[in-house]
Amino acid sequence: MKHLKRILGGLALAAMLALTGTGNAESADKFITLQSTTSTQNSGLFDYMLPIFSKKTGIEVRVVAVGTGQALKNARNGDGDVLFVHAKPAEEKFVADGFGVSRQDVMFNDFVIVGPAADPAKVGGMKDAPAALKMIADAKTPFASRGDDSGTHKKEKRLWKAAGVDADASSGSWYRETGSGMGATLNAAVGMGAYALTDRATWISFKNKSDFKVQVEGDKVLFNQYGVILVNPAKHPVVKKELGQTFIDWVTGDEGQETINSYKLNGQQLFFANAK
Amino acid sequence: MQDFAESFSLAFRLILSADADLAEIVLLSLKVSLSATLCACMIGMSLGAAIAIFRFPGRGVLLVLTNALMGLPPVVVGLAIYMLLSNAGPFGTFQLLYSPTAMIIAQTVLVTPIATALTRQVIADLHTEYDEQLRSLALGPFATLTTLLWDGRFSLITVALAGFGRAVAEVGAVIIVGGNINHVTRVMTTAIALETSKGDLALALALGLILIGISISVNAALMALKGTARRFAYE
Repeated sequence: MKHLKRILGGLALAAMLALTGTGNAESADKFITLQSTTSTQNSGLFDYMLPIFSKKTGIEVRVVAVGTGQALKNARNGDGDVLFVHAKPAEEKFVADGFGVSRQDVMFNDFVIVGPAADPAKVGGMKDAPAALKMIADAKTPFASRGDDSGTHKKEKRLWKAAGVDADASSGSWYRETGSGMGATLNAAVGMGAYALTDRATWISFKNKSDFKVQVEGDKVLFNQYGVILVNPAKHPVVKKELGQTFIDWVTGDEGQETINSYKLNGQQLFFANAK
Repeated sequence: MQDFAESFSLAFRLILSADADLAEIVLLSLKVSLSATLCACMIGMSLGAAIAIFRFPGRGVLLVLTNALMGLPPVVVGLAIYMLLSNAGPFGTFQLLYSPTAMIIAQTVLVTPIATALTRQVIADLHTEYDEQLRSLALGPFATLTTLLWDGRFSLITVALAGFGRAVAEVGAVIIVGGNINHVTRVMTTAIALETSKGDLALALALGLILIGISISVNAALMALKGTARRFAYE
């Protein structure tokens, strides 16, 4: 009995210590939560850009990198101060529904269609993205789709529509929805020799390329715009309005824009600033 | 095969370089999963012992439930805890989402059924064995419970280890409620998921090897403790 009480007491004490111990990380003075996408995180842009911002303003930026669909959903719940995503129509709807204060352009890059070097659908070097997708569908060569309502997936769905192909009808045969992030989808595409739509930043920084290369690029419809939105404090009073706005002003201002343009990986510029 | 060899050498180089970021991630992993295991053991072991010894209405249902919940999918737990802690949820005011505390809560929910079900088995077996003796000592129900828990302490260490194994290995729950935020909520498993999504499979596997190493160390430490305690107990 005595032993047991001692042990239980010790356990309770240890658990309390452990719980309070974790409080340190949370009590950091000034931080905002940024709901963003995997492309900005995985490409290393945030690792490069955010320390510069934090050093200047003393505001820590905590990035939750998920697909644009999930980021919008999380922000709708008030679980973030600022959104930094890439699906303009969905972002505009988010603001129109009153969940965001306003939306501003930040930067752009482009989407590309990648595929195996053997190029079974013979789309290599094409510029017309919908036409290339039509050829992939006609040849019934595997195509790996995000299938997760992310910004990239939304773009892909618009491209299939433009191509006049009902890809969903072939889901499970040549059209394969991974329901995962960009990296996981690229890993799957490489594994099964499938074509895939990806943003260029993720592709350049992706390390498991195998013999895959960019097959289709340069179409105007492949334009990929990133926007930034302050989550509406009127909907969620916990939103850190001033700190969030400071970040938005910086990233769309001269210093932030120059920082974005100066980020290079393997000598290539990944994002092009275009805030107005 | 080249990837495997590369991962092993990378894992060794990472450990030897005593990388500060890696140390931070490893420490947070241990802190979160050990805290969750402790909380879950306190709840689960009391509950499990109670189910083993007492007869009460609904006991059968509780038994089936705890056994079934051992297979709780982490991603479902993560989702449920996210919805509770979200600013749109009932506990949003506590501002716990995307914090290590949220991760501890999620893992506690995951591990508690394991601690409960396994403890029940251990204590039920002991109870059958010592029932008459305990009766002859005229021990009350609470004294019976604590005596059996103390008697089963060596087996219960294994129960705790099973729970810790589950906690430290899961990624589905902590990535949703923690958000995998660098320097705040990034743990070993979410770091592995991140490196995999970057296509850096060698680094991801190297981190996995280190995680297995941590798991072995924790197990070895507890086994050593068990051995020492047993020697003291029976000498």
